[in-house]
Formats: sequence, C-alpha cells, structure tokens
Amino acid sequence: MEGLKRFIADFGLPRLIIAVFLFLLFAVAPFVGVSLPAAISDTLIRVGMNGIMVLAMIPMIQSGCGLNFGLSLGVIAGLLGSTISIEMGLVGLLGFLMAVLLSQGFGAAFGFGYGKLLNRVKGGEMMIATYVGFSSVMIMSIAWLVLPYKSPTMIWGFAGTGLRTTISVEGFWRHILDDFLAIQIADFKFPTGAILVFLLVALAVWAFFHLKLGTAVTAVGSNPIYAKASGISVNKMRIVSVMMSTMLGALGIVVFQQSFGFIQLYDGPLYMAFPAVAAILIGGASVNKATLTHVFLGTLLYQGILTMTPSIFNAVMKVDMSDVIRIIVSNGMILYALTRKTKVAK
Amino acid sequence: MEAVPILSLRNIGKAFYENRVLADVSFDVAPGEIIGLVGENGAGKSTLMKILFGMPVIRETGGFEGSILIDGKEVDFRTPFDALDAGIGMVHQEFSLIPGFTTTENILLNRESFQNSILIDIFGPRISALDRMTMESRSKKAIDKLGVTLDPNMLIKEMPVGHKQFTEIARELGRENVKLIVLDEPTAVLTESEAETLLASLRILSAEGIAIIFISHRLREVVELCHRVVVLRDGHLVKDYPAKGTTTKEIASLMVGRRMESAAEETHRKDIGSGSVLTVEKLWVDMPGERVRSVDLDIKQGEIFGIGGLAGQGKLGIPNGLMGLYPAGGTVTLHGQPVPLNAPRAVLERKMAFVSEDRRGVGLLLDEGIDWNIAFTAMQVQDKYVKPILGGLFLWRSDSAMVDLAKEYIDLLEIKCTGPGQRAGTLSGGNQQKVCLAKAFALRPDLLFVSEPTRGIDIGAKHLVLDTLRKYNREYGTTIVMISSELEELRSICDRIGIVYEGRIEGILPSTAPIEEFGILMAGADKDVAPAVAGGGN
Repeated sequence: MEGLKRFIADFGLPRLIIAVFLFLLFAVAPFVGVSLPAAISDTLIRVGMNGIMVLAMIPMIQSGCGLNFGLSLGVIAGLLGSTISIEMGLVGLLGFLMAVLLSQGFGAAFGFGYGKLLNRVKGGEMMIATYVGFSSVMIMSIAWLVLPYKSPTMIWGFAGTGLRTTISVEGFWRHILDDFLAIQIADFKFPTGAILVFLLVALAVWAFFHLKLGTAVTAVGSNPIYAKASGISVNKMRIVSVMMSTMLGALGIVVFQQSFGFIQLYDGPLYMAFPAVAAILIGGASVNKATLTHVFLGTLLYQGILTMTPSIFNAVMKVDMSDVIRIIVSNGMILYALTRKTKVAK
Repeated sequence: MEAVPILSLRNIGKAFYENRVLADVSFDVAPGEIIGLVGENGAGKSTLMKILFGMPVIRETGGFEGSILIDGKEVDFRTPFDALDAGIGMVHQEFSLIPGFTTTENILLNRESFQNSILIDIFGPRISALDRMTMESRSKKAIDKLGVTLDPNMLIKEMPVGHKQFTEIARELGRENVKLIVLDEPTAVLTESEAETLLASLRILSAEGIAIIFISHRLREVVELCHRVVVLRDGHLVKDYPAKGTTTKEIASLMVGRRMESAAEETHRKDIGSGSVLTVEKLWVDMPGERVRSVDLDIKQGEIFGIGGLAGQGKLGIPNGLMGLYPAGGTVTLHGQPVPLNAPRAVLERKMAFVSEDRRGVGLLLDEGIDWNIAFTAMQVQDKYVKPILGGLFLWRSDSAMVDLAKEYIDLLEIKCTGPGQRAGTLSGGNQQKVCLAKAFALRPDLLFVSEPTRGIDIGAKHLVLDTLRKYNREYGTTIVMISSELEELRSICDRIGIVYEGRIEGILPSTAPIEEFGILMAGADKDVAPAVAGGGN
C-alpha cells in the first residue's frame, strides 16, 4: 500500500489518470470497431507532427522563463519561412530545407526581441508571453494580407493579393518526412522520417544542456543570483533560451505542415502554444523543471488521447466529443500545473 | 522579590533535528524584575523566546524539552495568541506596525472600542463604528505608562524610528493583563538619546510591577538597566547573576567564554608579506540595509583580514560590492592592476572568490546536486570540468570530472551527504556552508572573501569551517578577507580586524587588541565611549 501511494505521488496522479484512460481507450478500440493498428499509427504520426513544438518548451522552462505561451511567435517564424520557400518555387527536399532554414533565421530574430522583452518583465514571463503570442498573431494577420506574395498557389484567386487562410503544400513537400523510409503494413504506417527528425532534435536539445552554455542556462533557471555570482550574464542566458525555444517552435511548425499537408495562416498559430504546453505538463514537467522524458511521455499521452477519443466516442455515442475532451484535458492540465509550481514528477 | 515568579523556565532544551541549540536552561523572572538576556549570535536567545511564545516553528520541529510556568502554573502555549492571553508581550526587532495607520490605531489594532448603535442590532457587530474618543484615551493611557509623549494621531510612516519603537511597546502595554514584556534588541535602531528615553521608560514599567526580558547586544545598556543578567553560550546557561557590580567586560567574557583565551595564540604563526594584494579606495556600495559609504582598505599578501561591526553598518556591503553583486563605485586594485566593479565575471577571472553570507539565496543551486554546486563556477569562469568537442567548437560538460571533484571535497570537508548527487537544498546548514566553501576553493582563488561563514551552523561545523580557512591560508597562501558579526570568531582566526561603522572603516586593530577597544570602534569611536560586542541579532 505504501509503495503504491509512493508510486502515485512520484508519478503524479493526473498523469496516471490520463495514462490509464488512454490505455482503456486502446483496450476498448477493437470492440467498438476501431482499427487498433490505424489508431496506433495515427498517434505516432501526431507525435512526429507535434513533438518538436513540445521540445520547444524545454529551454525556457530550464532558464526560469516558465512555459512558453508565446510559442505562436515561433510558429509565425515558421510560417514566414515556409511561405517564402513556396514563393521561391522550391519543391521537394530543397523546398523543405529552405523553409527550415528561413524559419530558423526568422525564429532567431524574433526570439531575440522576445527575449529582450521577457528580461524586462522578470516574474511575469508567462502572462506577458501569452500576450506576445496573441498580439503577434493579430499583427501578422494584417501582414499576411499586405505582404507582396505573388505565388498563385498561395494568394486569393479573386483578389490577386493577400495570402489564403489555408495553403496546401501538396506538390511542394507534403509528407516529405512522414513518407521517408516509412513502414507500411496494411493500415499501419510508421512515419519513420518524422519520428527520426523528432529524435534527432531531441538529441540536439539533450546535447545542448550538456554543454557549458546549456549548464549555465540551467543554473540561471535554478538560481539566477547564484548564476550572477558565478559570473554568468543572466539576461544573456535567458535570451539564448528564448531564441532557442522560438527557433524550435519555428522548426516544429514546418514539420507539422509537411505531415498535416497545409499551412494555416491568420488565426492558425493562435492555439499552437496550448497543446504543446499541456503535453509537456502531462509528461510531468513543472513550471521550472523539464526533461526529455517529460516531452516523450507527455506528447505520447496527449496526442494519444487526442487521436483516440474522437474515434472511440464517435463509434460509441455517435457524438463528436473530441474537441470538448481536448479542451478539458489541455486547459485542465495547464491549470493544474500552474497551481503546483515546484513538484516535478519523476 | 520573594513572591511567586511571574515566569519560570525549567530545564528548557531544544534541538532542530540533530542540531542542538538549547540545553537545560532554567531561570525565574519575578514581578517588576528586568532580566538582561545576553549571548552571541546563535547562542540560543531567539530560540528560547520562540519557545516561550509558542511559535509554530517549535512545534513543527518536534517541540521542546522542559516546562514553562506562569505564576507557578505550568502552561503549554500552542500559538503566540495563547502567550498574549497569558499576559506576555513581545516587541520584535523588526517593526510590525501598519505604516498608514495612526499611533492609536496601531496600538489598539483588533482591540478597538466601538460605538453602540441600532445598526449593530440589525446587521451584527461587523458594522460597528469605532469610538475614536475612547480609543484615543485608551492609547494615551498606554503611552503615559511609558512616560513619553507620542501624538496619538500621527501616522506611523511619518514618525522617527524611536517613536515607532515606543508605539510597539505601547501596543503591548495596551493589553489588559500584561505582566511580562520581552524586548528583542529594542535599542538597535535608536539614537543614543532615544535609547536613554527608552531605558527610562522601562524603569518606570518595572516600578509598576511589569517584568521585562531585555535582549541586547549593547552590554552597557544591560549593565545600566537590568537587575539580573542571564548569559547564554552555545545553548547553555552559563551564568545567572545580579547585574549590580558587573561590568561589560565581565559579561563579554562570559558570552564568548573559553575562546577568549585561545584567541591570541593561533595567530601570527606565519609570515605576512609586506606587499599589498588588494587596495580599495573610496568604495561605496548600494546594498540595501548594508550601505557602504566610503571604505579604504589595504589587504596584505597572505593575511587573514577580518571585517567586523554591528549589523546594518555596512560590513556585508564590502564583499558584495567588490564582487559585483550590488552597484558599487570607487577604485580597486589587485596586485597593482585595476579591478572593474559591477562585473562579477571580471572579478572571478582575476582569481577573487566569494562565499556569500546568503547561502540559500546566493551561494547554492538548491535544486541541483552537490557536484553541480561545487563545479559550476569553476566550469564557467575557468573552463574546468569540460571537454572540448568538434575541435573546441563546443565545450561538453564532463559529469564524471564534476563527480570526482565533489567526492574530493566531500572527503576533505567531511560533508555529510548521500553522495555527490544529493540536492544541495536537502543538506543541513553546516554542510551547505561546506559546499559553498568548496565552490570557492575549486576556483583556486588568490583572494577569498568569506562572509558570515559560521552563521546558523552548529559548533562542530563551525570549527571545521574555521580550521579549513586557516589551512588554506597557511598551505596555499590564500589571502582571506573574512566578514563576521562574531567578534570572537574574527579574533580567533584573523591577523588584523577592521571595524565598520556607518559605512566606513572606523579603525583597524590587531586581533590581539583588548575587546573593549573593538567595542569602542563598533559604537563609533568619536562618540561617547559605549562598549558593545558582536552585532546583529538573528
């Protein structure tokens, strides 16, 4: 009994509930006529799609800037990168790499400014970040209309100017990662390329935090005064972490697009931050400590719930409950995490 | 004074986990008696008072031993409110007054007089209006007991400090049945004339039969005011005797005890170079509560230089300013080279290191392991414990080198822990201090600042910390500047000691100088001779 209690305390009750719930969904699936291989395959594809955006949470959590509710800014950098790449008319791997390259440039620039701003609001980062995310999305909504894009695949057909709300990447780099070395057995598909890229980026994040620089970032998050007394420029390290987070967000959305098949502009980036925040929290991270385990576990659990609930609920109740469940889980998780600031689940 | 004592403490003892802070303390307080409770920092005064007031922290850490008797009856205070109800009042070192309220409102806070009105019958007591006239006369009565004049309608924030202190005391007197008042360092913030007035007031109270426990580092006041002196040392009651005929010197030697004799013998065993390591001119530091106004220092190669002084005079500001943690200005040269201020990294690169007085706030990464805590600064400043990879493009943290380093210091400094990975936040105070020292030693500094190295740690750890400092000074020739509130500690280890008063160095004495001379410097040499020992309460 003691051991069980301890396990629950260590693992975190919400995480346990969600894991059990997810397991039940998978267990029920075959009995309500949902194909288990397809369900697992969908979950894996979504993990590959979203994983990097969850990884983007780590640097800012580690540097003490909290959860990056302003991930939308990175997403916008990614959108700029991918639309410009399409505008240049590049297709295939070249187009995808150009999109990544450009988005990293924009991500670095945006992240620098964003980091400067967050350095002025120490203690209130998460609230300011939320507003940075919202307001940048709105500013870009104007920009998408007025920027001089010319590519006919992207602009409004009847007006001749302004980008469409949804742009297909079909014929450019749709599924370029998902289909790379993909393993297809009947209706089960393992998106090897996307998962590989996710793991590679995770490895890079892991390596970063094993560098002297990454160690300094962690120390700044752990105790900024200690870091200062050790000769570290606290503001610089925070900017490094915010830039990294924004750049990962930019990369994340490009990977997301190749799998999803569309670039979503205007309001699209608005709600990208919350699922990523919720995923890492479900994984067991706290506002000031996060590890790769939290990312892997959290992405798997959160995306699993998202994939499984609509199919199971639709099959059983003939009602689409998926969005309701998604909102309850993600916002509930964020709320829960913000009330228990220190406890980190193992 | 043959009546039943108001308060009897019987065999009081207290240990915080393994750290014993009080053992077998017993004494009585008779009505109208003024007891002077003295002891160095960490002698157990604060803990004793916490026990007396039933502070929750005592209960949470396992309660205490012994018993407390009020008017001959054993009591068990669960909260400070129980103590207040029993007629014990406490005036804390820090003011607990509401700045935007008047004297009267503060004195009668939560004990206001109300006007009767029909509205109360309808809506209940929450709607009662204050009866300002009665309140004013009640607060006047309390103030009059003190024999001072205070404007009952003045706002607290507009008052001089002295008046705030009187308001605090008046608030305690305003209670119905107050029998005993505990004053913790009441004169620390007062000017000399204000302190005189306060002492006079206390005598009046005593004449009215109210007993007083007077805690102070200003021994002169204790001798003047008190009927009896109770001396605590390392948690033991070393003496309980009439104040009549005693001297500040006698009390001081009782407080510091045997360490008095050993003070001189340890020093002057080594050669101190004639060359200066560090010269400081006109240093100012804007550290809140420890402001440094203009300090000139000349630290010699290989010495241990002590900086002492009362709390709030600026001794802590000196190292914090030099190490770039607080805004500072002035001229600093190390080995003849100018040292930039407000630049922590530049200072560390010049092989100066600092062990902060604020262990948990500045000194440690509480959520990281011992290995990180010790190695981090050396890694960042000197590129130690890293491996270059990809031709030096990246510096990879070498976890194994860090663990080895941590193990080395765990053995060397006898850090009690489960291993190099134990989180620093879970260590005891003494072991945390050792980690902080190890962090500084890992930098192999030429010049080491150590601020309050023994604050809040037990005796065993204290000795080890001081011995280690001494050893580093001898064996590696590290010049050490040690800042401490405990004069005896400075005298036991330092070669020279500078005393800081009002943000300036009041004077520098060899550690063998008689304790009175230090006391005179601490109270400001150009003022009236007012010996005082070891500043700052805790």
